[in-house]
Amino acid sequence: MKEQLQKDFDNTIRNLTLSQKDIEIKKFYLDNFINKGFPNRREEDWKFYDLNQIINRNIGELSFYSDYASTNKVDTSVFVDGLEHNKIVFINGRIEKIDFDYEKKDQIEIIDQSETINKFNNNSSLSDLNSAFTNKSFRIVVKEGYQLKKPLIIYHTTNSKIWSKNINLRLNFELYENSSLRLIDLFRDTSEKNFINIFYNFDLKENSVLKNYKVDKFENKNIKYSFNNIEQDNNSISETFILSSGSNFCKNEINCNLNGEYSSAFVNGIFSINNNKHHEIRTIINHLTENTKSYQLIKSVLEDSSRSVYQGKIFVDSKAQKTDGYQLSKAILLNKDSEFNAKPELEIYADDVKCSHGSASGSLNEDSIFYLRSRGLNYQQSRELLINGFLLDVVEKITDPEVKNLIKNMIGIKE
Amino acid sequence: MDNRQKEIDNLKDYKYGFTTDIENTRAPKGLNEDVIKFISNIKKEPQWMLDFRLKAYERFKQLKEPDWQKPKYPKIDYQDLYYYSAPKSMRDKPKNLEDLDPKLLETYKKLGIPLQEQKRLNGIAVDAVFDSVSVATTFRDELTKQGIIFCPISEAIQNHPDLVKKYLGSVIPVTDHFFATLNSAVFTDGSFAYIPEGVRCPMELSTYFRINASNTGQFERTLIVADKGSYVSYLEGCTAPMRDENQLHAANVELVALDDAEIKYSTVQNWYPGDKDGKGGIYNFVTKRGLCKGKNSKISWTQVETGSAITWKYPSCILKGDNSVGEFYSIAITNNHQKADTGTKMIHLGKNTKSKIISKGISAGHSDMTYRGLVDISPKATNSNNYTQCDSLLMGNKCGAHTVPYIKNKNSESNIAHEATTSKISEEQLHYCQQRGLSAEEAVGLIVNGFCKEVLQQLPMEFAVEAQKLVGISLEGSVG
Repeated sequence: MKEQLQKDFDNTIRNLTLSQKDIEIKKFYLDNFINKGFPNRREEDWKFYDLNQIINRNIGELSFYSDYASTNKVDTSVFVDGLEHNKIVFINGRIEKIDFDYEKKDQIEIIDQSETINKFNNNSSLSDLNSAFTNKSFRIVVKEGYQLKKPLIIYHTTNSKIWSKNINLRLNFELYENSSLRLIDLFRDTSEKNFINIFYNFDLKENSVLKNYKVDKFENKNIKYSFNNIEQDNNSISETFILSSGSNFCKNEINCNLNGEYSSAFVNGIFSINNNKHHEIRTIINHLTENTKSYQLIKSVLEDSSRSVYQGKIFVDSKAQKTDGYQLSKAILLNKDSEFNAKPELEIYADDVKCSHGSASGSLNEDSIFYLRSRGLNYQQSRELLINGFLLDVVEKITDPEVKNLIKNMIGIKE
Repeated sequence: MDNRQKEIDNLKDYKYGFTTDIENTRAPKGLNEDVIKFISNIKKEPQWMLDFRLKAYERFKQLKEPDWQKPKYPKIDYQDLYYYSAPKSMRDKPKNLEDLDPKLLETYKKLGIPLQEQKRLNGIAVDAVFDSVSVATTFRDELTKQGIIFCPISEAIQNHPDLVKKYLGSVIPVTDHFFATLNSAVFTDGSFAYIPEGVRCPMELSTYFRINASNTGQFERTLIVADKGSYVSYLEGCTAPMRDENQLHAANVELVALDDAEIKYSTVQNWYPGDKDGKGGIYNFVTKRGLCKGKNSKISWTQVETGSAITWKYPSCILKGDNSVGEFYSIAITNNHQKADTGTKMIHLGKNTKSKIISKGISAGHSDMTYRGLVDISPKATNSNNYTQCDSLLMGNKCGAHTVPYIKNKNSESNIAHEATTSKISEEQLHYCQQRGLSAEEAVGLIVNGFCKEVLQQLPMEFAVEAQKLVGISLEGSVG
């Protein structure tokens, strides 16, 4: 893999206009990645999801070279109907379109960051890989007091032009005081067997509100990794919703630092997977100061021989008195080959706190099915009704009514 | 209340911290093949036992010391330890108590474990282990009548080689992890119990471990086999003198329950925890594992962990037989600079297996406590159930309480439920108690005992009383 990396790196660099210093930084990250390689099960965080093995078995040789020079045609048919929204369109890892038509132009700033800055204090090899190969990382700034009128949808599309490729994306968001942003990540893939590596960084200043909805719904054979780093100042709120369903392999990581008092973080997630899909959500919520709050709810419905993993950690610093932390993960295993793994972790150094977690997994409740059948539903209907109700619980946590409806329609949950 | 106060004052310091001045026979310092041969030789072991040890040692040389645990400790120099130390008078084991060194008798009297016939604890058979050797076992005749074998493991190796050969290493193989393998190579003494088919053991069996010599590691090995349809309740207690150095205690405990058998294993662990500044104390790195081999078998672990500078152990159950049951009840209390990383593993292999985990952790002072547990339901363990509850109580903001459960469910017809909470003693409860005339410390004692009650109830009577006192004492000075 080393020669391949080196070769692809040189080819990629050649097509970009970078300063000498920038090339050196990128080289540094490349060397880091070459040293470490893809994470494997020997690392505690990857215990349940051996990425190295997954890539070897499902892709084999990866190519890291991306042609950032040639443009792709934007296919407007993928756009969401019936909801006015701002757009960012990624096609095969290249940003093809950014439009904030519905917003005041002077309130949003889009800065093309050509220089590579690694803002992630995540020393994983995937972060190194991302830093070495991303061509551009945009910084999107929402100015003080501005609340976006319409949600922003980021379309992550790939098409059949690429296969066995590694794609790296990076975006930085800054939300100034009293601002707010609704962000939907929508994955649309018609490509196969690529490894997509996404890093987002969110900086939330005082009183700002971020709502991030990640929707991976459409069937595809790609392997995805997404890392969200969220820094929160006083009174800020972050809400993250993850629908983990379409890709063959998918791991979402949320790292949230509650740096300011009265800040709060909400993470809700659904795994709805079948076949031999293997998905994971890993969250780390760091309560670093007093009076912070976090809430997490993760539910899985597992069919065939699918596997889901939830690793959630609540860390409470000794300064963070009056912390309120909650975590709940539930799973329904529908087939004898399905598997659910969880590692809900609490690490607590302050005494005046309220922290708890719960985890439950098992089969569909036969009594409930019996009840519904006695009311005239057939087995299939009863099953669907119960699963819908189980998942609806998480969807109902979405605080934005427009997005809630959109997601309900997408999943096909009826009330 | 006066009495209780007096009692607490009496017990404020670690009262088992004395040393017995006694002449010792020691193995040469360090760890090598010769030392292992020395131990085997002094125990007059047959060749197969020596081979077992050497095989373990071969494996040990290839292993690396693990370092994933939460409490870190300075590197142990395994060549700077004595692996065998026994009172000289025990060289040729005395036939009866009259011949036993009076100093030893005195020691056990001071510890509250009288070995003499007339003063024996009623209804409990005790095997007393002093450093590397078992000094006395009480009530043996009575047990023999029922066919129960209860003796030091070194005797069992000579007198019941078939049983030992069959079961030793069957739950913790010689190729297991670092400390277990070390134990397999150099273990010195411990207890062996065999309950024959259909026998319900009429009394509690018990082992009392005492570390006395300095610079010594204690490596004891316990093997309990409950044959078909039998029942046994086994207790374990331990103390050590106060010393500035850290001492290593790496024991292996193996339990085997055959069809319809039940083993109940209770521990009150009160090794010397080190002084207020965290100097000295025992490193308690123990491997305890039970195998529910037969159908309908049951193994239940109960532990009260109040001592040791570092406790690092996970009493586990392998639920292999169909319908077998595993239970784990634990109270772990850390104060001052104590550290604990403890929990359990429940490995469900058979159909209709059930397990239950109740863990209560209390940390005070500068201490750090981790519950780490694994519940693994394999694809074949249809219709299995697990319930886990782990609660932590924090006193002060200089201590830590952590929960790290691993949950693996690979069977769709099995259920796992896990709950954990972390909190402090609520102001309302304290206020209520104080309003009724209890002092702050008494109120905390009462609330903590209530918090632990679910586990304390599982202990045999005699132990429960002692454990309840211990809970109060361990938290002494942590209020206010």
